[in-house]
Amino acid sequence: MPETNRNQENGKYTIEEIRRDFPLLQNTDYAYLDNSATSQKPVQVLEAVRKFYETKNANPFRGLYPLSEEATEAYEDARETVRAFINAKSTEEIIFTRNASESLNLVAYSLGSLLFAPGDEIVVSIAEHHSNMLPWRAAAERAGAKVVYLECAPDGAFTEEMLRDVLTERTRLVAITQVSNVFGRKNDIRRFAEICHERGVVIVADGAQSVPHMPVDVQELDVDFLAFSGHKMLAPDGIGVLYGKKKWLQKMPPFLSGGEMIESVTRDKIIYAELPHKFEAGTVNAGGAVGLAEAIRYIQKLGFDWIEEREQVLTALAYAQMKEIPGVHIFGSEDPLDHHGILTFTVDGVHPHDVSEILSASKIAVRAGHHCAQPLMGHLKVGSTTRASIAFYNTEEEILRFTEALGQVRRVMGYGK
Amino acid sequence: MENRTFYNEILIDHNQHPGHKRELPDANLILEGINPSCGDDIFLHLKVENDTIVDGSFVGDGCAISQASADMMLDLVIGKSKDEALHLADLFRRMIHGEITEDELDELEEAGALQDIAHMPARVKCAMLGWRTMKEMIEQE
Repeated sequence: MPETNRNQENGKYTIEEIRRDFPLLQNTDYAYLDNSATSQKPVQVLEAVRKFYETKNANPFRGLYPLSEEATEAYEDARETVRAFINAKSTEEIIFTRNASESLNLVAYSLGSLLFAPGDEIVVSIAEHHSNMLPWRAAAERAGAKVVYLECAPDGAFTEEMLRDVLTERTRLVAITQVSNVFGRKNDIRRFAEICHERGVVIVADGAQSVPHMPVDVQELDVDFLAFSGHKMLAPDGIGVLYGKKKWLQKMPPFLSGGEMIESVTRDKIIYAELPHKFEAGTVNAGGAVGLAEAIRYIQKLGFDWIEEREQVLTALAYAQMKEIPGVHIFGSEDPLDHHGILTFTVDGVHPHDVSEILSASKIAVRAGHHCAQPLMGHLKVGSTTRASIAFYNTEEEILRFTEALGQVRRVMGYGK
Repeated sequence: MENRTFYNEILIDHNQHPGHKRELPDANLILEGINPSCGDDIFLHLKVENDTIVDGSFVGDGCAISQASADMMLDLVIGKSKDEALHLADLFRRMIHGEITEDELDELEEAGALQDIAHMPARVKCAMLGWRTMKEMIEQE
C-alpha cells in the first residue's frame, strides 16, 4: 500500500530519511511496536551524549575549573530546553529525576508528608500505571489517609461528572494520567485541574504517554505536577522530569538527601539548596539531560503537527485492520483517534503471551501482560492483554505485517482453518 | 517463521482439549501454582493412595504452554508412584534446561514435545508450573 505524500514527508524529511536516523531500526528486521514501553533513539541523541562525555564531562556544580563549568552549563541548558518544551514558567520548576516513577515517588513522598493527615482522601484513577498508584498508596499508609479510586467507563473514559462524584471535603489530591498506557485515551487534564482547584485539591498528572506524542503546556493545563520519562521520548534511559509549581516545590522537604542539594551543613544545621537543586541529590545525570534536550530538539525538528498526524494515520490503519479479524477485541474507544498510538487487545482462546510469541515469529515486537496496571486489568476483568503501540517512525508496511500475522494467531493455535 | 513450529500439534491439542482439566472431588492433595508475572494460575488436584497417584486433574488459567504442560504431566504421572512422579519431574526440569539424554527424553513421552522451550528462557516458568506444583505437593505431604 503506498503511503500518502502528506504523511510520508513532513515538509522536510521523508520517512526513509527519518528511519535512517534510528540505528536500531536499521540493525534489526523487527517491526518495533512496543513504543509505549520505550522508544528507539536517533543517532542525533546518541551523538549528543557521546559528545558531552568526549568534550565536556566533569562533575557539574562541583569543580571551579572551566570543564566543570561547561558541564554545569550543558546540564542547565538542558533544563531550559525542557522548560521551554512544556512551557513552565521557570527552570526552578523543572527537576531532573531518573524517570516518571521516581518523579511520582518524589511528589508522593515529599508533598505527601506536608499535605496528608489522618482521614484525608487521595483520589487515584483505576487506569493508572503502578507508578502513579503505588506511591500514593504508600503515602496514604504513612499518613493514615485513604486512597479512593476513580473508576472509568468501560471504554476507558473519565468524565467531569465522574471526577466530581468522588471529590469530598476530605480530598487533598487527585493523581491521574494524561494518556492511559492501556487505552491510549487522553484525559481532559485542563478541565480536571479546574475542578480540582475550585476545591483546593492538588492535581498530579502522569505525562509518560502524552509528552512524547503531543504538545503539552503545563501553564495551559494548570496542573500542579507533571511527570514524564526521557526514555519513552527518544532520550536515553535514566533521565526523567518532574514539573512542579514553584509554590509547592518551595514548601516541600527534600526527597533524597546527600551531595549537591545543600547550601551548607554544620554539625547541627542544614540549609538546603535553592530550587531545583534541593531535589537533585548526588551527582546529576548530565549526559542523560543532554540526551533528553537533543531528543526534544529532534521532536521539534519534526514537529508535533506531523508526528500527531502520522501516528493517527498509522493507528487508524491498524485499528481498521484489527477490527476485521475474527476473535480480536480492542479495549477502549471505538474511535481510533482516541487511541494515540496505543492498541490493547485480546484474542479469543489465546493467552496474550502466546499471541506475543506467535507475533514474534513474524518479527513483530509487542507487549503482553498486565502493562503495570494490574488493578485496571481487574476492573476490566481480564488477566492480561497484548498491546501494540505505535511511533512516528513505524511504517504502514510494519502495521500491515502486524495485522496480517495477528490474523493468523488463532489458526496457529488450532482454532478454525 | 522459525519458532512457529514450536506450537506443534501435540502442544496445541493438549491446550485445546486438556483431558485432565476438570474438578476432582475426591482429591486428597490440592495446591495452587502461580506465575505472578504472566498470570498463569492453576490448582492441581491429586488423589494419592498407598503412595500411588491414582487420579489427578487441574483447573485454572494460563498460556498454552502452562496449560498443555500440566495436562501432559497428568497423562504421565497418573498410575505412577510418588517416587516415579518425582523422577519424571526431575527429568522434565532437566529437559527444559537442555540437560537430558535421548533415552531419558523417551521416558517423558508426549511431554518431550516441550523440549524446545530450552531455547526460550521467558517461557521456562510456564512449562514448569504444573511440575513445580506437583513436586511441592508431594514433598510437602
